[in-house]
Amino acid sequence: MRLLDKVALVTGGGGDIGGAQARLFARERARVVVTDVAEEAGQRVATEIAAAGGSAIFVRLDVAQESDWEAAVRASVDRFGGVDVLVNNAGIYQTDPIEHTALDTWERVMGVNIGGAFLGTKAVIPSMRGRGGGAIVNVASTTALVGSKRSSAYGASKAALLSLSRHTAIQHAADGIRANTLVPGPVETEMIAENLATPEGKAASVARVPLGRLAAPTEIAYAALYLASDASSYVTGTHLVVDGGLTAQ
Amino acid sequence: MKLKGKVAVISGAAGAMGAVEAKLFAQEGAKVLLGDLVEEDGNRVAGEIEASGGQALFHRLDVTKESDWVAAIAAAEERFGPVDVLINNAGVYRTTVIDQTTVADWDDIMAINARGVFLGTKCVIPSMRRAGAGSIVNISSTAGLVGNAVEGAYTASKGAVRMFSKAAAIHYAAEGIRVNSVHPGVIDTKMVEHLMADPELGPLVMSKIPMGRMGTAAEVAKMVLFLASDDSSYTTGSELVVDGGYSAQ
Amino acid sequence: MACMELNQVKTKGRLAGKTALITGAARGQGAVEAAMFAREGARVLVCDVLDEGGQAVADAINSDHGQGTAVFCRLDVSREPDWVQAIGLASETFGSLNVVVNNAGVLSPETITETTVETWDRMVAVNAAGPFLGIKHAVPAMRRVGGGSIVNVASVSAITAGKLGAAYHASKGAIRSLARSAAVQLAGDSIRVNTVFPGPVDTPMLRETYGPSHLSRFDTQHPMGRMAMPEEIAHGVLFLASDESSYMTGSELVIDGGWTAQ
Repeated sequence: MRLLDKVALVTGGGGDIGGAQARLFARERARVVVTDVAEEAGQRVATEIAAAGGSAIFVRLDVAQESDWEAAVRASVDRFGGVDVLVNNAGIYQTDPIEHTALDTWERVMGVNIGGAFLGTKAVIPSMRGRGGGAIVNVASTTALVGSKRSSAYGASKAALLSLSRHTAIQHAADGIRANTLVPGPVETEMIAENLATPEGKAASVARVPLGRLAAPTEIAYAALYLASDASSYVTGTHLVVDGGLTAQ
Repeated sequence: MKLKGKVAVISGAAGAMGAVEAKLFAQEGAKVLLGDLVEEDGNRVAGEIEASGGQALFHRLDVTKESDWVAAIAAAEERFGPVDVLINNAGVYRTTVIDQTTVADWDDIMAINARGVFLGTKCVIPSMRRAGAGSIVNISSTAGLVGNAVEGAYTASKGAVRMFSKAAAIHYAAEGIRVNSVHPGVIDTKMVEHLMADPELGPLVMSKIPMGRMGTAAEVAKMVLFLASDDSSYTTGSELVVDGGYSAQ
Repeated sequence: MACMELNQVKTKGRLAGKTALITGAARGQGAVEAAMFAREGARVLVCDVLDEGGQAVADAINSDHGQGTAVFCRLDVSREPDWVQAIGLASETFGSLNVVVNNAGVLSPETITETTVETWDRMVAVNAAGPFLGIKHAVPAMRRVGGGSIVNVASVSAITAGKLGAAYHASKGAIRSLARSAAVQLAGDSIRVNTVFPGPVDTPMLRETYGPSHLSRFDTQHPMGRMAMPEEIAHGVLFLASDESSYMTGSELVIDGGWTAQ
């Protein structure tokens, strides 16, 4: 019951990691606003939570649209009274190296991955401030910390989240709002399914991971739970790496 | 001539990296005191510098002993004047994994690599105050930045140097004394000869260097020169990495 | 992940069935960690050089959670024979060792020119050699049970520097680096190694070092305007000790209220 009576808005809640977060949060007695552009997947997660005795609603949300955010926060307020926890989990993956990345690809990735988190943060602050505080968790990636042979906008957008969290933390510490970045390593998800399709691809994905395996979405969700709950009441402006030791070496 | 008229003290100056630094510094106009335990090599390097028109003096120096440092700094000051530059370059390298490391090994490595840097800094400060300013360059390692599979106490000692440098930078910034750390990756010297000759570890280490080659002592010396000289006059408390991309991935 | 767990009543704690050794557990943050671990179902070896305080912490845990939950063991973390004895006692008393928290530490505020070799060596011995020895001797015991979790308590002094305590900064920098190598070296044994970096925490150590008048600077210069309570650090240690952090190793958890973010 580590999130008892808290209202948590999770973006990308229809995906593997977002879904795991929504379910775990519900188990810890949060009321969950599952959001996604993928209506069917998001609705399914909300329905499953409700069927298991939890409290959840689904709201369609394109994180890159400011008007969508206004509607999602309004729905949270109408149904549950406000927002205490925001998990900016929605993101799009991109693997083109820099010289083969088109400007509109760059802008689309930036718009969703960092623009979405910015709009979300901006949208929930009034509600959180009114409730005496809140916790924002921005979900990045180890590509935010280290370079890689693939991706351009993806890594840059995830690195920008580190800065967004720090600025939110400093600007809103006095409001009781905490902001942190969660940095997962390789997670077994649909998003990187293409990379994992062959045994060689899977082996390559874990070759540099000291623990020698991919993370399960639940393992990321537990870290999000820690950052969302009052157990981390003195944690703000920092990032938590969950990567099986990948970036420690 | 980037160090014209400056007095520099270099520890471990009889070794591969220290000797290259000493020669480069002398070429750039510095008067160099070479400290080392190995008297024969130290005297030889000093002799070579003098023979090519530079100014150099060898002084026996056990970096773990405060009295040795006091004597070495006094000798530099007596011969050349107050010290402007200190390069804490002396160090010992051993590959022993943590659970196989003996207390004797630990104490040895920490004494030379960490306490040595502390004592050098402590003892040179009065002389730099007399000089009116100064630059201290501490040689850490990528092992001070990221973990690895083959080193134990060595990583701890280099982490100590990394953080000590920042503390020293803050302590003495107002007095015009700058302190920075340099983090070389795998550099082609005697220190890593044993590691790189290992049929299993050698190729493994090499495969992790994005540039695909070891660095040279000259490449490190040029970065040390930059930090020692007034070219870096606004740089203090920084970590400069010279590792062919090793720690960026 | 299935939803079936949603309605399960939680009867076990987050460390149920685990055995934990905590150093510096006689007072302050270590004592809070020991009590929290016991509440979450762990059996705890309370280690410290302070016999009386350590015994009192163990007694209090036993009276709250039942006899045999906690045992006190005298441990000077800088001495290898003490570690051999403590790890042996943990295995003997509890049958296994799953978690080691390297929490013991000492603080000295001197500037570099004020710092004596003795002070330097003591900082390094307790704050760096202590965790080194803890890791070294926990490894065989953890290998026997198929893995474990080691949590080191460093400090934000291992990330950014202040004007005081150069030896303290150095010693915490040492453990930060050591922990990352330990994580890489021990991942194959399923032994996870992570580090917590607390900002200023309201503990006896800080109060004794700085005195009440000086402590206020930790509040006024702080984004949150206050120091941490020991519980707030303990919650982070608990997360890293438990299986909830099963994919985390070599990670650094900063609990500083935004101190290093500014």
